[in-house]
Amino acid sequence: MPTATAQPPVSKDPLAPNVHRVSGGLLDARQLVTSFPDALRKLDPRTMVRNPVMFVVEVGAVLTTLSAIKDPSVFAWVITAWLWLTAVFANLSEAVAEGRGKAQAETLRRTKTDTMARRLTDGWRPGAPGVVEEEVPAAGLRLGDHVVVEAGQIIPGDGDVVEGVASVDESAITGESAPVIRESGGDRSAVTGGTKVLSDRIVVRITSKPGETFIDRMIALVEGAARQKTPNEIALNILLASLTIIFMVAVVTLQPFAIFAGAEQSIVILVALVVALIPTTIGALLSAIGIAGMDRLVQRNVLAMSGRAVEAAGDVNTLLLDKTGTITLGNRQAAEFLPVSGVEIEELADAAQLSSLADETPEGRSVVVLAKERYALRGRTEGELARAEFVPFTAQTRMSGVDLNSTEDNRSLRKGAATAVMSWVREHGGHPTEEVGPIVDGISASGGTPLVVGEVAWSEGARTARILGVIHLKDVVKQGIRERFDELRRMGIKTVMITGDNPLTARAIAQEAGVDDFLAEATPEDKMALIKREQSGGKLVAMTGDGTNDAPALAQADVGVAMNTGTSAAKEAGNMVDLDSNPTKLIEIVEIGKQLLITRGALTTFSIANDVAKYFAIIPAMFASVYPGLHRLNIMGLHSPTSAISSAIIFNALIIIALIPLALRGVRYRPSSAAALLNRNIVLYGFGGLVLPFVGIKLIDLLIQFIPGLH
Amino acid sequence: MNDTLAGWLQIIALVGALALTFRPLGDHMAHVLTSPRHWRVERLIYRVAGVHADADQQWSAYLRGVLAFAAVSVLFLYAFQRLQNHLLLSIGMKPVAPDLAFNTAASFVTNTNWQNYSGESTMGHLVQMAGLAVQNFVSAAVGIAVVAALIRGFTRKKTDRVGNFWADLTRIVLRVLLPISFVMAIVLVASGVIENFHGIQSITTIAGDHQSITGGPVASQEAIKELGTNGGGFYNANSAHPFENPNPFTNWLEIYLLLVIGFSLPRTFGTMVGDRRQGYAIVAVMALIWASSVAIVTANELHSVSSSVGHTAGGMMEGKEQRFGIWASALFAVSTTLTSCGAVNSFHDSYTPGGGGMTIFNMMLGEIAPGGTGSGLYGILILAVVAVFVAGLMVGRTPEYLGKKLGAREMKFASLYILTTPAIVLVGSGIAMALPGERAAMLNSGAHGFSEVLYAFTSAANNNGSAFAGLSADTVWYNTALGLAMIFGRFLPMVFVLALAGSLARQQPVPVTAGTLPTHRPQFVGLLAAVILIVVGLTYFPALALGPLAEGLH
Repeated sequence: MPTATAQPPVSKDPLAPNVHRVSGGLLDARQLVTSFPDALRKLDPRTMVRNPVMFVVEVGAVLTTLSAIKDPSVFAWVITAWLWLTAVFANLSEAVAEGRGKAQAETLRRTKTDTMARRLTDGWRPGAPGVVEEEVPAAGLRLGDHVVVEAGQIIPGDGDVVEGVASVDESAITGESAPVIRESGGDRSAVTGGTKVLSDRIVVRITSKPGETFIDRMIALVEGAARQKTPNEIALNILLASLTIIFMVAVVTLQPFAIFAGAEQSIVILVALVVALIPTTIGALLSAIGIAGMDRLVQRNVLAMSGRAVEAAGDVNTLLLDKTGTITLGNRQAAEFLPVSGVEIEELADAAQLSSLADETPEGRSVVVLAKERYALRGRTEGELARAEFVPFTAQTRMSGVDLNSTEDNRSLRKGAATAVMSWVREHGGHPTEEVGPIVDGISASGGTPLVVGEVAWSEGARTARILGVIHLKDVVKQGIRERFDELRRMGIKTVMITGDNPLTARAIAQEAGVDDFLAEATPEDKMALIKREQSGGKLVAMTGDGTNDAPALAQADVGVAMNTGTSAAKEAGNMVDLDSNPTKLIEIVEIGKQLLITRGALTTFSIANDVAKYFAIIPAMFASVYPGLHRLNIMGLHSPTSAISSAIIFNALIIIALIPLALRGVRYRPSSAAALLNRNIVLYGFGGLVLPFVGIKLIDLLIQFIPGLH
Repeated sequence: MNDTLAGWLQIIALVGALALTFRPLGDHMAHVLTSPRHWRVERLIYRVAGVHADADQQWSAYLRGVLAFAAVSVLFLYAFQRLQNHLLLSIGMKPVAPDLAFNTAASFVTNTNWQNYSGESTMGHLVQMAGLAVQNFVSAAVGIAVVAALIRGFTRKKTDRVGNFWADLTRIVLRVLLPISFVMAIVLVASGVIENFHGIQSITTIAGDHQSITGGPVASQEAIKELGTNGGGFYNANSAHPFENPNPFTNWLEIYLLLVIGFSLPRTFGTMVGDRRQGYAIVAVMALIWASSVAIVTANELHSVSSSVGHTAGGMMEGKEQRFGIWASALFAVSTTLTSCGAVNSFHDSYTPGGGGMTIFNMMLGEIAPGGTGSGLYGILILAVVAVFVAGLMVGRTPEYLGKKLGAREMKFASLYILTTPAIVLVGSGIAMALPGERAAMLNSGAHGFSEVLYAFTSAANNNGSAFAGLSADTVWYNTALGLAMIFGRFLPMVFVLALAGSLARQQPVPVTAGTLPTHRPQFVGLLAAVILIVVGLTYFPALALGPLAEGLH
């Protein structure tokens, strides 16, 4: 029963249940250096103005520079220098995040060599004789052109195979070296420009415009050229901007109060206070966090077509998961041999193994494996079965098997669908025992698939045909998937298993895997209806799909992950493409989405909490001279007013650099309930943000008090 | 009975009484705001006013109603004061000066009731009753109407309608404020508050001096003054005056009245959104802040002794009434500055730097614990939106509150809301301090003088209306500046609240799952309280450092 399911390349195990840190590679110190020129370039006010918080820092730095030139002092120059550094560090975080994408884009560009395409002339139709070709550069291909590609050649553009079948090396985009099969018709027809045909010859109909190919889009995405602010990023920016305005008002109006108190403040100090108060930490890292979130997906071979989709992934309420490949291993596996009475189990196992030796389907292989593991039956060598003729499975016979044809063992063995094998036995004069019926029904009822094994033996002219027994093929639920679903439930995400199986089978598997719900005998229309139903209740739905008939559902879903092996229609419809074509990825995508939002929230909290310590450093430094009582607010015991203000500003700048790795990597995410997550993050980033700067500012003060002139 | 025991008993009785009325009053208001049926008298009013009370309004139409009503009210009240000498019951009062008339009109329409005048020597009876007292009712009702629209934003889905302003206004006045005020006015009269039309009486005192004493319809105005968190007294001395607040019982009752609607509205909110726990969480935050503030001010006043009188009374008695003592004065001061009431029974200017500073800080919190009628609840709900936004991110979802997503549009209005009042306070105080002429209005110099100005603008922008005293604010500049501060501080936030309501109402709610941030648990109560303290603290810290902190830290 070889079902035509696309086998995902099983390279990295995506289902390591206990590894929750979705890491994004470590920050290399060299990246900081190489990104430095970019960071300087971003100081251009026209670029800076897009980030209101950091733009205020830059304007402040300009003001203090002018003030320091007019009225030079060590203090003024220290503040000026560190304000500029604050702005540069912010740009650096963005540049580093982008830099990682650029490296990837470089690799991708290399695959976009100046390929020549062999275009077929206009009149070409599939199967038409008399092919006329012309050589054109790949860039000159238009939508709907047909090109022919043969072994060793690079596919010149994205398209669908319309004729032939070939093995294709897609390592250029997936990083996966095992070749994949691409053939005309069906769900494995899509090919990507830049990949290489290894064998055979195919005709491809081009489905992308020049400059808009998959690789072009990938390059744009990883480079961040097409990056737009996501809805949540915009909302957070609004909050940050308003906090910035509040603090600016607080500081600007402080001057008349200060003058009244007899303690007029210099521009340098007022600017320093503004910069210390406005949420520079999150303002500096916000864009890096967004880029790094996309980047973490790319590292997992998932291409998100927009940051919006990544954010939506964090919000998903319902996951639609295809049974095959996500919940169960790719195919059914032999779990048990059930002989009829009068047949030894070893005899059945032996027959099952012999009939499956040439069966290259996963089911067939699993029969051989089970026979070997359970009954120690070794595989036969070729010579042993020299005269054996293997009978392949066909849709008509619905059986496969072997005719041994040897003198000492002249048997024919067949395995396959119950009705097919039974009628085969009858044709050869046998009478299937009545036991078979109940065994077959029992297996079906439990959600399994029965394969009946029959034998026809010729010995001394006599022919005996009989049923030996039944192989129980079973869906094997992936290890650890149950725990994964439990976690998802704790996160408040409902899982729905989608399967073409009958409701009985579906229920059995659903129970075993621990999904919340299932959709049996699912048609594309059913899927679509399910998505719409969930969405009408305000839920966000994520799904994976690969077939053309999945396309409408993929487009309807809030997060639609198309498999790279899928059709181009599916890839167009989804808002993400998984290059590994691994449906389990969906769970990781959700985690990355959540991690992105958590990182933003955590650093915002941290940034605001930091202000408390900065006040305690700066306010006594500003006013203790006129109101000595305020000296009691100097709880850190900072050396002098100038060293106190400098320390706060230096801390403010250094914390940005210190947090770049966290921004790029994302904060640790552990699937748990919202309340538990919040507790953890408040303790870590709220209280941490409250306490850390007290320590940091004090330490910096201990160092810089020795700078001459900064007394 | 010693002072401490009496103080504690008052507080316990107050909390007990508030707890008892929480449920019935909260549910009654929810019913009033959701019932489809009109009273006959209401129908009559709608017919006379030409209002379609069943027409559900878009947020913008609702807002137009609020603003139009306010504009008409300001003009009417202004004209009333300017022309009072031509009217009945003027008891010989002259027309009010233009700048003061504007200030007073703005003050009463915005529910602030800042008074740059002495009621007994400025306003005739008709202005007091038909002008000021009417505004006491309707300005309080407008606040509740606006929060009703916001709550509907949370409860409704996929609509652009947030209710009918005219119906809300009429119902709140007729079904909530009038009945309670009526009963309470009688209780007050029975307890010794005056209610007459005597006008000015000349009396010869025992010592043989002549004294002019203004009588008037005080009790009827007193009840709504507290209930509607207005605070505008009949007399200049406000609730320190023996005719307004003759004894410890009336004092206790006035505190109860000024808190009762504010503390009951969270129940209304919980009932209307269909999850009472949400209301309990909000009232818990309010109670937490109120209780902490009572503790801080009382402790400050008890433990700082400035005079020999203080020694005998066991604390700071300057500026406090002997018949109330420290405990009842502190309790009143905290309650009146944490609501937008602003009635006073003692002079906050004379409080210790710690206690007086706390009354400023209370107002800076934005009048949310429990705040003015309606305005307190919408104020704290906006801060809850900000808290949920940051906390919601930390649980890995696009933040949502009561099922409504907080996206760019929602955050825009919430951010503008939290930006408005501090900007008015700080810019106003900044300008006042920068103008040498206006600084002369301060009674004191140095940090205390600055506190007086900061208090005035904080009180005006937050629509509190209590005065620190000490600042002679009846000048053209202060009348105008504070009048504008009151108007902007009242109506700009309302614009943002109603816009937010409209944007929330349009949304399809998101179902609650285990991944949703729970907003009814102690965790959220603590979080919201922390967000309020930190956001306010950070905004005002420099200003406070130069005022109360500079004074208080030696």
